[in-house]
Amino acid sequence: MRLRPLAFLCLWPIAALAQGFSGLGTDAEGFAVPAPNPSFSFPADHGPHPDYRIEWWYLTANLTDPDGAPYGLQWTLFRSALAPGEGEGWQSPQVWFAHAAVTTQDTHLATERFARGGIGQAGVTADPFRAWIDEWTLEGADVDNLTLTARGPDFAYDMTLTADGPLVFHGEGGFSVKSIEGQASYYYSQPFYRIEGTLTLPAGRVPVSGTAWLDREWSSQPLAENQDGWDWFSLSFDDGSKLMGFQLRQSDGTDFTSSTWIAPDGTSTAYPSGAFRAEPLAHSTVAGREVPTRWQVALPDRGVDVTISTLNPNAWMDLTIPYWEGPVTMSGSHTGRGYLEMTGYE
Amino acid sequence: MTRACLSALMSHWRRNPVQIFAYLAGLALATALWSGVQAINAEARASYDAAETTLGEAQFDRLVSRQGASIDQDTYLALRRAGWQVSPVIEGRLGAVRVVGIDPITSPTGFGALDAGGPLPLDFTGPAQLFANAQTARDLPDDVTVTLTPDIASGVALGDVGIVQRLLGRDDLSYLTVAPMQPMGRPDLATVAPTLRLQPAQQGASVAQLTDSFHLNLTAFGLLSFAVGLFIVHSTIGLAFEQRRPMIRTLRSLGVPLNTLVTLITAEMLGLAAIGALIGIVLGYLIAAVLLPDVAATLRGLYGAEISGTLQLRAEWWLSGLAIAVLGTAAALAGRLWQIARMPLLASARPRAWVMASGARLRVQALGATALLIAALALSLFGQGLMAGFALLGCLLIGAALLLPVLFNWALAHLQTLAKGPVWGWFWADTRQQLPTLSLALMALLLAVSANIGVSTMVSSFRTTFVAFLDQRLAPELFVQVDDAAQSARLEAFLTQNKAEILPLLSTKAQIAGQPTDLYGVRVGQTYRDNWQFLGATPAPWDAVQAGTAVIVNEQLARRADLWVGDSVQISPDLDLPIAAVVGDYGNPHGQVVLSEDLFRTLHPDLAPLQFGIRTDDTDQLRAQITAALGIPDSAMINQAAIKAMSLAVFDRTFTVTAALNVLTLLVAGFAILMTLLTLADLRLPQLAPVWALGLTRRTLGRCELLRAVALAALVFLCAIPLGLALAWVLLTIINTQAFGWKLPMYLFPADYLKLGLYALMAALLAALWPATRLMRTRPSTLLKVFANEA
Repeated sequence: MRLRPLAFLCLWPIAALAQGFSGLGTDAEGFAVPAPNPSFSFPADHGPHPDYRIEWWYLTANLTDPDGAPYGLQWTLFRSALAPGEGEGWQSPQVWFAHAAVTTQDTHLATERFARGGIGQAGVTADPFRAWIDEWTLEGADVDNLTLTARGPDFAYDMTLTADGPLVFHGEGGFSVKSIEGQASYYYSQPFYRIEGTLTLPAGRVPVSGTAWLDREWSSQPLAENQDGWDWFSLSFDDGSKLMGFQLRQSDGTDFTSSTWIAPDGTSTAYPSGAFRAEPLAHSTVAGREVPTRWQVALPDRGVDVTISTLNPNAWMDLTIPYWEGPVTMSGSHTGRGYLEMTGYE
Repeated sequence: MTRACLSALMSHWRRNPVQIFAYLAGLALATALWSGVQAINAEARASYDAAETTLGEAQFDRLVSRQGASIDQDTYLALRRAGWQVSPVIEGRLGAVRVVGIDPITSPTGFGALDAGGPLPLDFTGPAQLFANAQTARDLPDDVTVTLTPDIASGVALGDVGIVQRLLGRDDLSYLTVAPMQPMGRPDLATVAPTLRLQPAQQGASVAQLTDSFHLNLTAFGLLSFAVGLFIVHSTIGLAFEQRRPMIRTLRSLGVPLNTLVTLITAEMLGLAAIGALIGIVLGYLIAAVLLPDVAATLRGLYGAEISGTLQLRAEWWLSGLAIAVLGTAAALAGRLWQIARMPLLASARPRAWVMASGARLRVQALGATALLIAALALSLFGQGLMAGFALLGCLLIGAALLLPVLFNWALAHLQTLAKGPVWGWFWADTRQQLPTLSLALMALLLAVSANIGVSTMVSSFRTTFVAFLDQRLAPELFVQVDDAAQSARLEAFLTQNKAEILPLLSTKAQIAGQPTDLYGVRVGQTYRDNWQFLGATPAPWDAVQAGTAVIVNEQLARRADLWVGDSVQISPDLDLPIAAVVGDYGNPHGQVVLSEDLFRTLHPDLAPLQFGIRTDDTDQLRAQITAALGIPDSAMINQAAIKAMSLAVFDRTFTVTAALNVLTLLVAGFAILMTLLTLADLRLPQLAPVWALGLTRRTLGRCELLRAVALAALVFLCAIPLGLALAWVLLTIINTQAFGWKLPMYLFPADYLKLGLYALMAALLAALWPATRLMRTRPSTLLKVFANEA
């Protein structure tokens, strides 16, 4: 797939992932716009929302093999609409694409898939839950019990996931504000998966187990004009508590932050902009760019002040839309593992 | 001073308008043919690039239906869901336009040519939208929204697969392109889509490569005419310098520095060269515009390559035309300037035309000619490849041209000794004395005439062979094309019932001996046995083919893979068969292997014959019956006479361009003679005046001039015949073999050569007519003036 047509095709919705949202503005162009005080309806809301411009099913996992070596795994299905709604067959305005990656301490393998909506090549059904593109699937009787598979030219994985806790809603009950002007998305997570299965790597098959985190988010105008990219953290502390925090970097040098504290039992507290802080400590040259790969992250209200280190600084997703995504570990006030995503480092 | 100096230099042209005309016209003609040919080549190359990037077809493997049918969309989805990274393509025709629908999201080429054009208004859901160039857009239905995209190949419209399905009223796919990157652990094709087979990417047979030879041909013609044009320029510059020697001496005596003079002359000549070249580029554009439709027809007919019928002014050809003209002039100028720079200030202003051809120069020329001809011989014996073929042509032509003055000098010296009476003795001596100046024009004539002989021999030999080939191959009276296996079976049943002799043709593409090859399965019968003639064969080739123990290959495959009668060829992974015969095939540039129908069906059990040749006495009635009984449209049938006429029409159009270029080079050569004689006319007065004073009338002198021109042309023609035939031999046995993969028998066409000889004589006569008339009308006082300064 050559870059240009896709880059064009997905200019608006997908660019949001990687290249900031300049140009997207606040005009949703006929797409539905998230509203405060959402009431979700499950399992239906695990399925797609074609009236919104962009949506994702975003799974990351921290894994270890029997020898204790750490691994990271990512599986993401994106839906990106050229126009609101569904259409018959090839006329569907929905475009699907997916990313899969496995990170070890010294390699990072990533691949991607593309599909047109409307013809059955990719899609999501809520009940039973089934998200697929080509032969890649994330499916199960419900979202608490899933199997996961993806295959690339040089790696593959087959995993099973079991949720040990409830869904967690970010922002105001799942209405997650992204800027002072009020851009927002619907955003909830299932951060309590136990995961186990097999990674097939160039060196051979590796049995692994660990924890996984599923993010569900959909929106039509996720960022403000002056926002260039984001740094997103999902951290699972060894004491069972969890923290989701992100900062949207703004062109004036300030950041808009948002975070959710998740207690071991799943009760959550959302914090407004400013409560969560993330400062780069060190940069690495990755794919010809300077990318921060050591961070100081703090949520003073919960006594969190940790140094974040990447498992592999070269976890660059060298795909049609490039970005950084990989597993991290933390030390300081808390210890644990997690995932870091950084976009907009051009 | 500069201005005075320049005005003095320019006064030469004012006094000699014919010379400046010759100079400009020579350059213009040379540049015209060169840039015209380059313009055509550039246009064609742009079209090939567009074709390649429009679809990027050749570079990817494909999945195609085993039955040659279309592919269900469900099959596509099943493959994707199994992990096969394939992308759908649908092809069809909307009137004259080939419409191609792709899925830009999964296509390994993206939207091809459209990529370069920046963002596209892609809208899967909107009204039917296609992309095409302006020419193609005119042929599309009115209800289609066309986005004009100049880079897209002619005759092709591109769109989204869904939109093209809607426009064609279909819900299936034509083939699937296979992405180079595939995931690990992907299941076999046979388990996912048993009805499909993998067709490897076409290697080494892209349109651009196939047509290279054709364009090299054109380029060679362009270069030839450019060389002839430069002869004119060279001789004009030479004459102008000789005539201006006294002026240059005077200017330098008056104190003009050498540097200033050289700079001014350089500026003057290059400035004029640029003007001549610009005129030439305009003419070249016109020539290209006139020839392009024929070239387009040729390429379509020969190679199935679509090229745009409209000409664009591309920098690559007009700049190269300008540059090569100015550089050619500069080269011709350099030697002369060198002479001026070395000329002693008060050197004799005696025109060099008075100097007899120096023996030394002729010897050098003879040596050069010999070396080139030896090189040509070596290339013909040991050369490999098309470029060696063209190098051989170059050595042969230039060597022969260089040898011409040497031969003439020798021949004229002999004629002089044989001459009876003083007038004839003078005539031959005077002719020989003019040789150094005339020789460039004569060389030009030699090249033009021999190119004509060579090319017309090649074309006529080709045509003779081609007609015979058509008669062999097109024995069946009616040809029918069917869409699928079911129709194929019904047609065969119907024809068997009607007791017609049927020649079903099974075909598929394969990679054989590393060559992209068409594999044919034929029903061996009387028609094949009676009509096919082989270049080489075992005693009973058809019996062996019928028994499935041997195959027949065409000459193209035989040459490329070096497989001949008796050699073994691998037909499938576990089947090697000997070659029973090699057949000449002048209809296409691809390799072919012919098997028996039974063997073909064993190897490809899913394929049904989609083409049928039928022997019948009443073609029209059978056509009507087939349409009535089976619903096969009349447009899917063609009778023998129509195919033959069509093939010959394609053939003849193919060589229209060659013929046109031939005539143009001959014209340029005639013009070269005219210009040389005209510029010589004034210089020769001092030589003619004494003869006139001795009693030869001006009329007699004029007749002598005409006679000399005709005599020289006749001598040139005599030399051109062997050269032309050698040229034809090279074209037929070396260039054709390399370019098309076939060797053609050479036939001779003496009547044509005689006609050409007459044309050459007439051209020389016409060229000499004006200078001769001028001579006859020279006033006696002018002739007397020659003696004015002789005490």
